[in-house]
Amino acid sequence: MSRAVTPQRKFAVTLLAWAIGLLIFFPILWTIITSFKTEAEAIASPPSFLFFNWTTEAYEAVNQRSDYLKHFMNSVIISFGSTALGLLIAIPAAWSMAFVPGRRTKDVLMWMLSTKMLPPVGVLIPIYLIFRDTGLLDSRIGLVIVLTLINLPIIIWMLFTYFREIPGEILEAARMDGATLREEIVYILTPMAVPGIASTLLLNVILSWNEAFWTLNLTAAKAAPLTAFIASFSSPEGLFYAKLSAASTMAIAPILIIGWFSQKQLVRGLTFGAVK
Amino acid sequence: MATQHSRLAARVMISPAVILLLGWMLIPLCLTIYFSFLRYNLLMPGMEEFTGWTNYRYFLTDPAFFAAIANTLALVLGVLFITIVGGVLLALLLDQPMWGQGIVRILVIAPFFVMPTVSALVWKNMFMNPVNGLFAQLFKAVGLQPFDFLSQAPLMSIIGIVSWQWLPFATLILLTAIQSLDSEQLEAAEMDGAGPLSRFFYIILPHLGRAITVVILIQTIFLLSIFAEILVTTNGGPGTATTNLTYLVYVQSLLQFDVGGGSAGGVIAIILANIVAIFLMRMIGKNLDA
Amino acid sequence: MGRISLNQVTKSFGDVNVIPPLDLDINEGEFVVFVGPSGCGKSTLLRLIAGLEDVTSGEIRIDGQDATMVPPAKRGLAMVFQSYALYPHMSVAKNIAFPLRMAGMNKAEQDKRVAHAAKVLNLADYLDRRPGQLSGGQRQRVAIGRAIVREPAAFLFDEPLSNLDAALRVNMRLEISELHNTLKTTMIYVTHDQVEAMTMADKIVVLQAGRIEQVGSPMELYRTPRNTFVAGFIGSPKMNLIEGPEAARHDAHTIGIRPEHLAISTTEGAWKGVVGVSEHLGSDTFLHVHQTGLAETITLRAPGELELRHGDTVYMTPEADKLHRFGPDGLRLA
Repeated sequence: MSRAVTPQRKFAVTLLAWAIGLLIFFPILWTIITSFKTEAEAIASPPSFLFFNWTTEAYEAVNQRSDYLKHFMNSVIISFGSTALGLLIAIPAAWSMAFVPGRRTKDVLMWMLSTKMLPPVGVLIPIYLIFRDTGLLDSRIGLVIVLTLINLPIIIWMLFTYFREIPGEILEAARMDGATLREEIVYILTPMAVPGIASTLLLNVILSWNEAFWTLNLTAAKAAPLTAFIASFSSPEGLFYAKLSAASTMAIAPILIIGWFSQKQLVRGLTFGAVK
Repeated sequence: MATQHSRLAARVMISPAVILLLGWMLIPLCLTIYFSFLRYNLLMPGMEEFTGWTNYRYFLTDPAFFAAIANTLALVLGVLFITIVGGVLLALLLDQPMWGQGIVRILVIAPFFVMPTVSALVWKNMFMNPVNGLFAQLFKAVGLQPFDFLSQAPLMSIIGIVSWQWLPFATLILLTAIQSLDSEQLEAAEMDGAGPLSRFFYIILPHLGRAITVVILIQTIFLLSIFAEILVTTNGGPGTATTNLTYLVYVQSLLQFDVGGGSAGGVIAIILANIVAIFLMRMIGKNLDA
Repeated sequence: MGRISLNQVTKSFGDVNVIPPLDLDINEGEFVVFVGPSGCGKSTLLRLIAGLEDVTSGEIRIDGQDATMVPPAKRGLAMVFQSYALYPHMSVAKNIAFPLRMAGMNKAEQDKRVAHAAKVLNLADYLDRRPGQLSGGQRQRVAIGRAIVREPAAFLFDEPLSNLDAALRVNMRLEISELHNTLKTTMIYVTHDQVEAMTMADKIVVLQAGRIEQVGSPMELYRTPRNTFVAGFIGSPKMNLIEGPEAARHDAHTIGIRPEHLAISTTEGAWKGVVGVSEHLGSDTFLHVHQTGLAETITLRAPGELELRHGDTVYMTPEADKLHRFGPDGLRLA
């Protein structure tokens, strides 16, 4: 709408939107600020917002106390590993559904989505026992497998919606030009779908990074990612606000940054392309 | 629209995904059903025996079960209501011309990227704590008695925390949907004499129908299995005030080591989720063309 | 090289029979146009020849070899798609070289052929650009370039001009005809535009509902349409088709007369009517005449400078030897 808006109105809207935006963001901002306080300042009353001694004391304490780096690496390996594995399985599947649709393609897609509706708690026990008996409990590889499987339907759906936008004629042209199926996927489809594949990757890294049912229930110490690491700050250690804040900030910062950069693609991905 | 050759290739290429998902669905499902008919406690290995419907009888007559059902529903519906109403209003606001729109959008979307354990801990300790929490300090500052959110209004508090996490998602999707509305439609409606309210109810809201469906669908999938927030904040308490079905099964099986009873609960959770799923699939089947 | 024959070819999608048994022979070096209204099966037929669809039954032979089950890559045919189907992530040069690369040709030979094609098609200055930076006509040329470098047995064109604006379409039409004259390779060209068919083809295949209505040279189709469908489809403006007593007077169920074969007069003639809309093209004027008692509208071609207004009365006389007669089954009467 390219209609002129009165400056007063624009000013009022700006004020209101910024107020609400800051309100919603405040818990995160407060966590970040608190992470730079000493424990005493963190619980001081009245609390101070900016005028205190900025210190990285809490960060140092967190890094000494527990191996933050180990849990961070677990998170990285688990989320990127499961996403990469998922893409490897999903790209051929999405190609099939997008370019060789059959009468049952829609049903297969719906069925895949419906596996997401299976409450994890319904299958927690057998998975837990299987993992216990096969030594996968508290192992990164076990979590990679589980997260790959739970995110696979979403990866396939997202890729499907991106692939569907690539005109089939281009792939047919490649076929006429003598490309084999593998060459068609490697030289034509994948390069053309790079933006879609990238945003699928980002979204799934975010979902896996933040996944907190399987990661909490299937890990103890060795393979615990950041979700479990943070959960260990549950009382009484949680009362050390500065350390809690420092650990939290370190746990969410990477994803917050990735998320901010990819928010546009996230919308498309998460809605299965239904909202553009 | 393809040749036999490519159809064969398609079948081969989709099969790993189908086989894996089928295995992921069926194997644990069958085991869960099998366990649910056993007396099976991890503390008493080797004592497993068939007990028929006993586990189900115990689970279904447990008052905690009904509390869990009610809590699950309250949690899902409460969060859906808050996030959709709030999301629509916020999306309308963010769609207006303003300075720094991009930054505001980044501020609003941020909570979605915060992992559940972090947001639960931060809210629990730094905001809702009755002694040192920011809310308590705020209450004291204006001369009120501090309010212990998590013990006096535990479920509402959790609904609040979860809504904070999901409001950004609803807002972002609804905002995108509003922006895709053809402005000529609104101008035509304005020419036809529709005021701002009628424009909202007759043009904008119907246009958002599809987006709202998507929000409901995706949020429900995730909200039905809320777990970390409860584990970290209240451990399902006080009593069973914040125990949802997911958490109840977790307590039964992994804390009380009662695999049989937990499995029965799992089967019930699956059945209930399926009822919701059928309902939802109908809804999106109508609204989405795959 | 470039002889294609179809024997009793059929195609069904599920229960829908798109192409009933069909026979067609295309000779070496011929420019064949498949023309028909949308949904007539002409694109499907082309895709069957290309190998992008399987035939349900029947046989396709290319240069005498049975190609029915041969995958598209191995048929030695090149195709230019309606959307051009250029690879958006590759430069023009890479696009044109792609089929050569797939064939495993060495780089030097690839470059030589690409350079040659670029010269022929006036693309030499654009080789480093991406398809997105080109105009519609240039994209079209790249698509053609990609087809010619591999020296195929035949070219298949699927409505290649329908995405271009009118002026460019006329230009590209000439260029493609010119290309055919130079290469002398078999070309099969699908279009719904009868003007393209008339101006370009050696042989036109008129299709309706998957059936071949008539095969022939443009002038054969113009002079002796086999039935009312072809009569109405070929020629612009359309032939006037008249039923009823006037047709019966000529011992026919339907008679047809082209607008250009009606003589006009303001004073006397065989048929009388009232002028409705008159379209002045400058060189010609097309009059739409009503209230003739013959058909709802009779279209006729008059000289360009004709001064007739809406509501004026006109008289028309058909040229006797240009009158087409059709039976009740729509077929031409001898």
